Amino acid sequence: MSSELHFKSIADLSGLLENRQVSSVELTTAVIGRTKAVDARVRAFNSFDESGALAQAAASDARRGAGKARGPLDGIPVGLKDVIAVANQPLTASSRMLANFVSPYDATVTVRLKDAGAVLWGRLNCDEFAMGSSTENSAFGPTANPWDLSRVPGGSSGGSSAALAAGEAIATLGSDTGGSIRQPAALCGVVGLKPTYGLVSRYGLVAFASSLDQIGPFARTVEDAAIVLSTIAGHDPHDSTSFKAAVPDYRAELKQRRGPWRLGIPQEYFGAGLDPEVNAAVQRAIAFYEARGCTIKEVSLPHTQYCLDTYYIIATAEASSNLARFDGVRYGHRSKDAKDAVDLYFKSRSEGFGAEVKRRIILGTYVLSSGYYDAYYLRAQKVRTLIRQDFLNAYREVDALLTPTSPAPAFKLGEKSDPLALYLCDIYTIGVNLAGLPAVSVPCGFTGGGLPIGLQLIGQPFQEAELLAIARGYEEGHEWGQRHPVL
Amino acid sequence: MSSAPDLDLDHVAKLARLTLTPAERALFARQLGDVLHHIEQLGKVDVTGVVPTAHAFPVVNVWADDAAAPGLPVEEALRNAPAQREHMIVVPKVVE
Repeated sequence: MSSELHFKSIADLSGLLENRQVSSVELTTAVIGRTKAVDARVRAFNSFDESGALAQAAASDARRGAGKARGPLDGIPVGLKDVIAVANQPLTASSRMLANFVSPYDATVTVRLKDAGAVLWGRLNCDEFAMGSSTENSAFGPTANPWDLSRVPGGSSGGSSAALAAGEAIATLGSDTGGSIRQPAALCGVVGLKPTYGLVSRYGLVAFASSLDQIGPFARTVEDAAIVLSTIAGHDPHDSTSFKAAVPDYRAELKQRRGPWRLGIPQEYFGAGLDPEVNAAVQRAIAFYEARGCTIKEVSLPHTQYCLDTYYIIATAEASSNLARFDGVRYGHRSKDAKDAVDLYFKSRSEGFGAEVKRRIILGTYVLSSGYYDAYYLRAQKVRTLIRQDFLNAYREVDALLTPTSPAPAFKLGEKSDPLALYLCDIYTIGVNLAGLPAVSVPCGFTGGGLPIGLQLIGQPFQEAELLAIARGYEEGHEWGQRHPVL
Repeated sequence: MSSAPDLDLDHVAKLARLTLTPAERALFARQLGDVLHHIEQLGKVDVTGVVPTAHAFPVVNVWADDAAAPGLPVEEALRNAPAQREHMIVVPKVVE
């Protein structure tokens, strides 16, 4: 087989595996080889278990040999962001706090991938506790963007997007609290899907902001994203927020749904701060849909300007609560020189957490503290209602919304040191989390300097089948996702 | 930008069980001041009569069957404990 196995799609590779043109051991060996060749420069992985991956691949080949292959993911190497638990593997959340943590159990998405026969490959770098937009907040160092190693891959799931773009995995999982799948997907030129809140179980996901977090796939194509989503979606009694919704075969649905669609263009997403090259690429995508017979309608989401503030109140409040569990007692970093129990909490937390995590814990503690709760947290929850209503109002007239994913392409490592400037990277993605909606980023072009640009499509709750079909409609007419970085 | 007038950083850090170095304290005061200044615009939104949203899709009264199920074995549950003895986690003395 060609040396480019590591850049093929799940759909193509599953056919090759099925026809015995390649084995999972060959494929996994190719991905491991690619990782060893490029990851010293990309730094997408916190760790990987080479012999464990090869053993899974051999087991897949044995199943296939016995006529018991389990479907399109059987034998496919899939990387997981280092906030998703895999039994007996490290789970660091890219934090000193969990540097030595080994997961005693599998996340539900991990169980489902294992049941589908996927080869779980590596622990992928991210911003510490998934807090950030550049992967520079990792305690283990930043990941580089494979398209330009001097630039960020986006974040927080930057290891997941970079590994996929660099051919170090065939698909990956990330988590998205305010754009942490879609923004890195856009910056690395791959597909990234944030499912509807409640569609995918979070059991075994390190919690950041529980009313916003969702796990979702990064993939080379929309079809691949549909394959992974069908595997990981569905109700889970271990996550009380997971929804009892029917899960269709999203891949089969792609073929059934051909449009034309009514697409809404929210005017608030095309204002000041939007990079001209990104805007031009998105305008070309709008023209493409229109030429294919879709109805394009300008819509308004009038509370868009309040999304960022609402998000940073709610997300930090929930984070301050979730991260209270890291106290140095039961697991995680414990300070060596604590005088007593209270001192143990202070020292363990102060030594274990990095700067951005501390900032967010402090902000979240403040907005929840006595005397400020009503002015900040309660008010933010009310504005959240208005933001969500904006989207639902728009969906009376359109099937989906079309926007840029990120206001700008990948920026230089170290370029944005100010937290507020980094928070502004998420202005087009956070409204989706506040409203609990599904959204996907699809490659829609490159800048003159060769950096990928992403198109965001925002769907209606639990309408992933339609959303992915709309994304596939764009992808079919373009070849952006078939380009690969030279490393 | 100056620090937010109401943010008593030492008090809030103590509530969060964090000890800040002098350098962190100065940096965070400025940075969080900027963020809080930005957040002030939320005060302009008319939220009269608006019901707060805690979850995008309110799921209430999720009951689990009251059935015994296997949990983690003690060794597994304690495998990440920083210090342990006889199936218990060792902590500094709490009561004098």
